[in-house]
Amino acid sequence: MSKKSMPEGSPQVIAAKKTLESIDNNTDASGKIAANIMHFARVLRAAGLPVGPGKVLDGFKAVEAIGLGNREDFYWSLHAVFVNRRDQRQVFDQAFHIFWRNPKILERMNALILPSFVDNEQQNDTEEINRRLAEALKKDKQDPSQDSPQDESEPDLTIDAVMTWSARELLQEMDFEKMSSEELSLAKRAIKKFKLPIMEVPTRRFKRDSTGNRIDMRATLRSSLRSGGSTISLNYRKRLRRHPPLVVLCDISGSMSRYSRMILHFMHAITNDRDRVHTFLFGTRLTNVTRYLRYKDVDDALDRVTDAVDDWSGGTRIGNSLREFNIKWSRRSLSQGAVVLLITDGLDRDAAEGLEDEVIRLHKSCRRLIWLNPLLRYDRYEPKSLGARALLPNVDDFRSVHNLESLDQLTEALRYESVDNSNIRRLLEATE
Amino acid sequence: MINLPDNVETTMDLLSKGNYISDRSLGTAVHLALQLKRPLFLEGEAGVGKTEIAKVLAHTLGRKLVRLQCYEGLDVASAVYEWNYTSQMIEIRMAEAQGIENRDQLGKDIFSDRFLVKRPLLQALEQSENGSPVLLIDELDRTDEPFEAYLLEVLSDFQITVPEIGTIAAQDPPIVVITSNRTREIHDALKRRCFYYWVDYPNAAREMEILKLKAPQVEVRLSKQVVAFVQKLREMDLFKLPGIAETIDWASALNQLDVIELTPEAIDDTLGVLLKYQDDIVQIRGSEAALILDQIKNEVAARQLTTN
Repeated sequence: MSKKSMPEGSPQVIAAKKTLESIDNNTDASGKIAANIMHFARVLRAAGLPVGPGKVLDGFKAVEAIGLGNREDFYWSLHAVFVNRRDQRQVFDQAFHIFWRNPKILERMNALILPSFVDNEQQNDTEEINRRLAEALKKDKQDPSQDSPQDESEPDLTIDAVMTWSARELLQEMDFEKMSSEELSLAKRAIKKFKLPIMEVPTRRFKRDSTGNRIDMRATLRSSLRSGGSTISLNYRKRLRRHPPLVVLCDISGSMSRYSRMILHFMHAITNDRDRVHTFLFGTRLTNVTRYLRYKDVDDALDRVTDAVDDWSGGTRIGNSLREFNIKWSRRSLSQGAVVLLITDGLDRDAAEGLEDEVIRLHKSCRRLIWLNPLLRYDRYEPKSLGARALLPNVDDFRSVHNLESLDQLTEALRYESVDNSNIRRLLEATE
Repeated sequence: MINLPDNVETTMDLLSKGNYISDRSLGTAVHLALQLKRPLFLEGEAGVGKTEIAKVLAHTLGRKLVRLQCYEGLDVASAVYEWNYTSQMIEIRMAEAQGIENRDQLGKDIFSDRFLVKRPLLQALEQSENGSPVLLIDELDRTDEPFEAYLLEVLSDFQITVPEIGTIAAQDPPIVVITSNRTREIHDALKRRCFYYWVDYPNAAREMEILKLKAPQVEVRLSKQVVAFVQKLREMDLFKLPGIAETIDWASALNQLDVIELTPEAIDDTLGVLLKYQDDIVQIRGSEAALILDQIKNEVAARQLTTN
């Protein structure tokens, strides 16, 4: 964490210091509660909540005003200050209960002793608590030297500072499968920022535009009246362009498990980036997870997805799942010229039974069908499995999704209307 | 002016007077929509008679039917109103030729009722001596979300704002029927304002009644076979199941070809009337069709045995 955006002498910092000092001067005990609130705010900030020094000050004031009579009041007064969006509530709730663990302290006015916010007991629980929060807590423990509350005013910058460019560069080339957990979490953060610039297609709507090529009669008439109708200057309008809907079908069978987790993060990022995204997971059967992925908090969203899907890391029945999609969902989600991303390794338990027919139908009913296959990272990949052989001739584009760079390339490929299918042709020739 | 029905039975009578056989559940939904003056939102597969309800209501209540067919890119100019630009231009030229005296007055004249071209939504707010019209917003799922959002204002307050003129409100709200084939989900905000009804495929007895009404020229014996065959098809795993419209078409087609009784050949020849996807046709044509036909005949024979 660096001191970047807030100069030492800014009014907020001075105010913060003054308040801190005044609280410090009052009693020893209140000084500790103030310091604790500050630490708590830092934990929240590290967990991704936008908590600046102004908020910390508000926190002090709120607690001062409400008193430390009971735990619930304390909770809701901090809640009122630190939480300002619905999806932040869960992170706050967990952070609160971990940080202010020892309830006796809050119940008794006299015992304003520093609750140690990281203890051994808690580390055993890390599986259950929000992963981001766990990291945030751990980081503080490892680095107790950083203690000024006025580190940064822009909390979002924290993440940026951690994710330096060089780290990202390094991650770009690394295979998801071979990453350590730390590297994975860095990759997740990089993915969080992905945008998917699908090419825009013309709609049947128009907007006013001076460079347009159609005359906007209504605007023309109105403006001519302004000049008394003696001259008529033409106003123009232009066709609006818009992203087509995006449908993602992702394989979550055993052979894909390491990738599908990263891809879920990717899917979460693009689902929240725009409207008209539909996401489905399939192993042996198809599950629509669009609603769950709409939750802004990625861990919350993925938890819900995990609850909703019960064929994780099992076998794959691609043909069956695609059939289910074609019959139940295709008419509802592909109606306006959707782009479909099919993410699978093409290894099918049913020996690709019925897969070809279903993929042909899927291909016919969408604008573009893109197959993303992590196995393509191997230079000498050949579509030998029956599933891959059924899929390959019927897709528009065939790409790899094994590392960050390949995801980057994917976003690049989606930007253009034309399709580069040299990959497919090469592989088809190779197998013949 | 024909009065609105005052209970569910009379509503169903009203519909059947217009040759529409309805379930009690549909009758209830229609009754609620008429009484509480809220839009009726009908969803269902293609060809189950959603649009027909609006037509029948307009006919039996003697109201004018205003139909808005939705499509992608439907905008205010083609759904609500448009100014008649050519007439406006001529008007301006005339004013010029006479020498404009009052610019404000010209502005008011140009943007007056006279030059307003009324599109379906605006027409629907107009009262006639027979009462307010029936507004049919057909296949709403084909339009895009921005238009749906626009409809929210119209459907909750039954008023439309034309900036040049002001707000035009309906004295008596129109009877609104919205249909959707569910090619995409309609937003909850719109659905919330309506009475929702899912129009399902009818059961055999009801379908038989409908066929009798809609294709009276077809022999009862053939009708029974047709209905039984279609009912069997609906149990199968097809991409697009045949709707009631298809049943009626098929029965009429068979009748036209002088078929008295279903045979595998007759089915194969006319299957295109019933099924609209090549994959489905391939799946059913030939042995599968013959198999279903056998089943039907056996069932009929068994029923006759038990009744005897």
